[in-house]
Amino acid sequence: MSENIDFNDTGAEFRRGMRRSIPVVIAAAPFGLLFGALAVSNGLTVGEAVLMSATIYAGASQMVGIELFGQDLAPWVVVLSVFAVNFRHVLYSAVSGRVTRHWSTLKRYFAFFFLTDPQFAEAERRVTERRPVTFAWYMGLALPIYLFWIAVALLGALFGQIIPNPAALGIDFLLPLYFLGLVMEFRERPLWLPVVAVSAIASIAAYYSIGSPWHVSVGAVVGILLAAVWPAQGTASEIEEGRA
Amino acid sequence: MTTTVWIILAGAVVTFLTRIGGDLVLSRFERIHPRLEAALNAVPAAVLTTLVAPVATTGGIAEAASLVVAGGIFLRGGGMMAGFVAGAAVLIALRNLIG
Repeated sequence: MSENIDFNDTGAEFRRGMRRSIPVVIAAAPFGLLFGALAVSNGLTVGEAVLMSATIYAGASQMVGIELFGQDLAPWVVVLSVFAVNFRHVLYSAVSGRVTRHWSTLKRYFAFFFLTDPQFAEAERRVTERRPVTFAWYMGLALPIYLFWIAVALLGALFGQIIPNPAALGIDFLLPLYFLGLVMEFRERPLWLPVVAVSAIASIAAYYSIGSPWHVSVGAVVGILLAAVWPAQGTASEIEEGRA
Repeated sequence: MTTTVWIILAGAVVTFLTRIGGDLVLSRFERIHPRLEAALNAVPAAVLTTLVAPVATTGGIAEAASLVVAGGIFLRGGGMMAGFVAGAAVLIALRNLIG
């Protein structure tokens, strides 16, 4: 499917990445707006809200952070909570590191600053399509998402108080919908159904027992362990074949 | 700088560490064991599922219907955008109708 595409054409690759960023920008924008609005109503300045989006750049942990700022906790508790919510990114960089080995270390670690949930999932989709993850494609995807994420945080912080009824517009539910679509994108992979099933059950059980944000780590670890212990998977190269 | 700014910057540092941590560890190994390979292949589905499943149980009829419609379109290969837009439309319509 990719025989006639020149992956060395950085301009074209960058534009292909940008096209992939469109649904991500749409899905994340309301969430980013909401973050800006909530940050200000929880006592952060507009500048602090924007700084958070620009430097942490991880929606769920930013939401948890502003929630904790309002509770007068020790600083390290807030930082540890952000770390706990973001711990799943360790897995992302382990996976994305394998398909970006041909980049320089500096490029890789610069790029991994932008390794959000959708960035990771889109990169893995590209692997599934048997296309190389080029630096130009990766940044074409990353930069629009990043810049819009900062812009909507600013807009939300400045004008968030005038959003009439966010729930009526369904904006709290757009990201889960998008993530559901991403889960489905990987359905051709080996063990997809058992992994999804046990991760769903484990994350729901953890959500109601231990509580958020631990349900993410618990659910993910259970699904990943299942894949690791599942018998008769053949050699690594055979699994690699199965990835497409 | 205020304490808040310091906390934000510390949060940014630990987040960046999680984003390079997995690669920092794995890039030291020449060969990856097949079981680890299988585990890594399961990462996208496993993690993304945990971002959806609990949310699906906390919502009402509108949320459930939205996920079913979107899921159906995704499963039939209708594409990312189509499922996403249809799911959002169902959600907004039902939330405004049911309240």
